[in-house]
Amino acid sequence: MGKSENLDEHNREQELISQFLADNVLFLGPDPEIMEHHDIAPRTETEDRAMAKESDPAVLTLVRDRLQAGCNETFEMLEQMGAAEGAKWGDLITGIFTPSGDLAIASTGGVLLFASLVHHPIKFINKYWANEPTVGIKEGDGFIHNDARYGNIHNTDQSLIVPIYHEGKMVAWAGATVHEGENGAIEPGGMPSAAEQVYDEGLKMSPFKVVENYELKKDLVTYLQNSVRSPKLQYEDMKVKLFVCRRLEQRVKAAIAEFGVETVVSSLRRGLEDSKTEVKRRLTEWPEGTVRTVIMADGTLRENCLIKIQVSMEKKGDELILDFRGSSPEFANRCNNTVLSSLKGMLCQLFLMFVWPDLPRNQAVFAPIRVICDKKSALHSSYLTPNAESMMTFFPAFTAAQLCVAKFLYGCPSKYTKVIAPWHNMIRTFIWGGLTQHNEMVGNLCADLNGMGGGARADRDGEHSVAPIFASMADTGEQELNEEDVPFLQIVSKKLMRDNQAFGKYRGGQGYEMIASNLKSSMWGFMVCCIGSKVSCTPGLFGGYSSPTYPLCKVKGVDTFEIMKSDPKKWEFSIVDIMNKKPFEGAKYTAHHMGLQFELCNRGELYMIMQGSGGGYGDVLDRDPDLVIKDLEEDLISHETARRIYHVVYNPETLVMDVEATKKARDAERAARKKRGVPFKQFVKQWNKPEPPADVPYYGSWGTDSTKIYAGPFAGIPRKVMSSDAIESIFMPNPRDVRIAELEAKLRECEGRVAKAGK
Amino acid sequence: MKVPMTEYLEIDLDRELWMCRVCNHEVGPARQSYKEGLLVHARDPREIHKPILNPEWYEFTFAPDPKWVQILEYYCPGCGTLVEAEYLPPGHPPVVDMEFDIDALKRQWAGRKPLTEAELAGPDMAGLSHQHSHSRKQKAHKHGS
Ligand SMILES: [Zn+2]
Repeated sequence: MGKSENLDEHNREQELISQFLADNVLFLGPDPEIMEHHDIAPRTETEDRAMAKESDPAVLTLVRDRLQAGCNETFEMLEQMGAAEGAKWGDLITGIFTPSGDLAIASTGGVLLFASLVHHPIKFINKYWANEPTVGIKEGDGFIHNDARYGNIHNTDQSLIVPIYHEGKMVAWAGATVHEGENGAIEPGGMPSAAEQVYDEGLKMSPFKVVENYELKKDLVTYLQNSVRSPKLQYEDMKVKLFVCRRLEQRVKAAIAEFGVETVVSSLRRGLEDSKTEVKRRLTEWPEGTVRTVIMADGTLRENCLIKIQVSMEKKGDELILDFRGSSPEFANRCNNTVLSSLKGMLCQLFLMFVWPDLPRNQAVFAPIRVICDKKSALHSSYLTPNAESMMTFFPAFTAAQLCVAKFLYGCPSKYTKVIAPWHNMIRTFIWGGLTQHNEMVGNLCADLNGMGGGARADRDGEHSVAPIFASMADTGEQELNEEDVPFLQIVSKKLMRDNQAFGKYRGGQGYEMIASNLKSSMWGFMVCCIGSKVSCTPGLFGGYSSPTYPLCKVKGVDTFEIMKSDPKKWEFSIVDIMNKKPFEGAKYTAHHMGLQFELCNRGELYMIMQGSGGGYGDVLDRDPDLVIKDLEEDLISHETARRIYHVVYNPETLVMDVEATKKARDAERAARKKRGVPFKQFVKQWNKPEPPADVPYYGSWGTDSTKIYAGPFAGIPRKVMSSDAIESIFMPNPRDVRIAELEAKLRECEGRVAKAGK
Repeated sequence: MKVPMTEYLEIDLDRELWMCRVCNHEVGPARQSYKEGLLVHARDPREIHKPILNPEWYEFTFAPDPKWVQILEYYCPGCGTLVEAEYLPPGHPPVVDMEFDIDALKRQWAGRKPLTEAELAGPDMAGLSHQHSHSRKQKAHKHGS
């Protein structure tokens, strides 16, 4: 035997072994090759041929507009027919994907973030199920998916994905994603903040086939219905999403019939490639350099602690690098962790909504942008960490990036949007669940999460309760309509609260208050999942202040509906008046952070929260005094704020402004600033500390060194210091155990004092 | 050539200086953090975001916790303008938030014209006018005069 024969033999063996291993994978978990990449797929031969055949931009644009109209049409359909609360108010999206899985066109309305993540499951299906004899892909199939680890935000959102064929060859995918809400998690409503393991988070659907010959498979549908609290919803929306995907299929086929298959294939691919090229061109216009932001998330939803989210954004030529290293470690038994791909999806949306909204809504827009995170950090969490409330870390990451972008863009000649202070970034709404007046078990949420305040802009105020951070067009719903289905009322709804304002030359858009109570159910409860009760979550820009912090307020142990009947004058219709005047005798009034795990609400007990304000822009002393008076007229601010923050002098009765006195007051404040301000070098000498305050639970790096990660101290667990390349997940104690330990310590102290007194 | 970089700061490319756009104060070398040329004051956040709920009764009041966060206010030494408001835990070193490549900036601006205020703020969405609405009082005043 010659040497070369030996080598052949060796290669054959190696091939056999590789084939054997490929055929006998024990478990097809999320594929890092798919999950850690967000660039568009390489151009296929078919695409190459099609693009050579049809390259007229006018024709390709016509086709793209036609398909865009199809996406918008299906968005409307899904919104009108969808049964989920989220569907009714626009928390959904539809899109068309290339055969390789890239999102090529998304509906104009809805949550872009969903669609920009569906390419992962499609790529998984292509890679693992296409040639799998027990699965396969053929015309008439449909796949379902919701697990964020295979590409999604969190598993309350469900996608249905359908391949589109022309003459036996796949030409595209259609996808529809809806925030379904209920998913069988440990708490109702689909976003369980009590989840301590991924297995507490409910359905974890890796992509699987649930449709054959355009029909939902009854056995699988039944299994899914059996796994959630809303079997009706699960079935209804699977049907609706399938119908919507079929309409997209119809539109793609119609375009093929009219323009030819090559033209459609060429149009989808050309849109992606051109978007990527255009983003690179636009980036070259930004100044070269690095912009940095630090944001402190102030809790896990189970406890308050400081969770550092920082980004260093570097622009170099046509490249943008977002480096989040030095941010908080992941939490092993809390669900505020973010899967890296979810973070990228959210950041993609930042650029498409707030920076280049004129670009086609496809995933290539984010392709030239790089994201770097520490492994096992809260923004790049590992497989076994829960992620149902990933928003608690990736929303702050979005805000950090939004602030950086504004600092790059201000001096840049070509802009496609206003320079804007950060949008409010928390989903301040009630999640609810229980037994309805129709005796149905349900779990879902109020669309009020969509009422976030807009950030102030460089030349005007932010808009009040205008849209969520994750969708440009969404609705906040009609409470009266909700009440037909669910047994709770919002006694106060959509009422702006005085002084809930991020101050500045231009103020942030404000948020409204919500006071909810159970009227008609023997078993009903609420949940709330937001951070920002101790540290503001939405900062301002260029001297503008942040939003205030937001508590959850409760009134328990009283049926306020009875008081409304017997003594209606006692009722106060604002959180502040209820909490500060305590009008209901015998009730218990409490204020908490906004991480409320599911809790039963008896008839007439009150749960009270506030939508948040967008960040302020510029110096408060630059605010047009006339706008301050306007805010007073509209009851957006108090007289104290007008005088103390904005330094405006006026007659409080008539609101007639004293121009001279205002100028004087403002000059005096500027002089006072110069007096109390300390030169930077002198200031940092006394301010800078080598590590976080010893008594503050702190997670993440400190100062400029991003490689040293602090964790703790918390509830008797001492502070740990780790290297960023060897992060260990953080275990948090059960808040009940922490409380018991606190009370036991108090008890011991009391017993000690009693014993001492006895001697 | 002076290039505005924020609402209140610009870079004088010829002299390589950060400048205050309000009073022309020379803040400091453009190749350094602009913060080094400003005055700083660490502020109890409750002075700005006052407690709205009774702080004697409640731990959470709409006001931030000063033990967890402070506001670093950066003032122009010339005119006292609030250039930046940075929210940080007590003792956390200020962030070097803007570090631009001055040579590259010079190359980029070699062929550019100065930007108008409207260009700095960014384009309007279709259908929105530039003017902010004025208060009823002022309108009334205008009618009267
Ligand atoms: Zn100045």
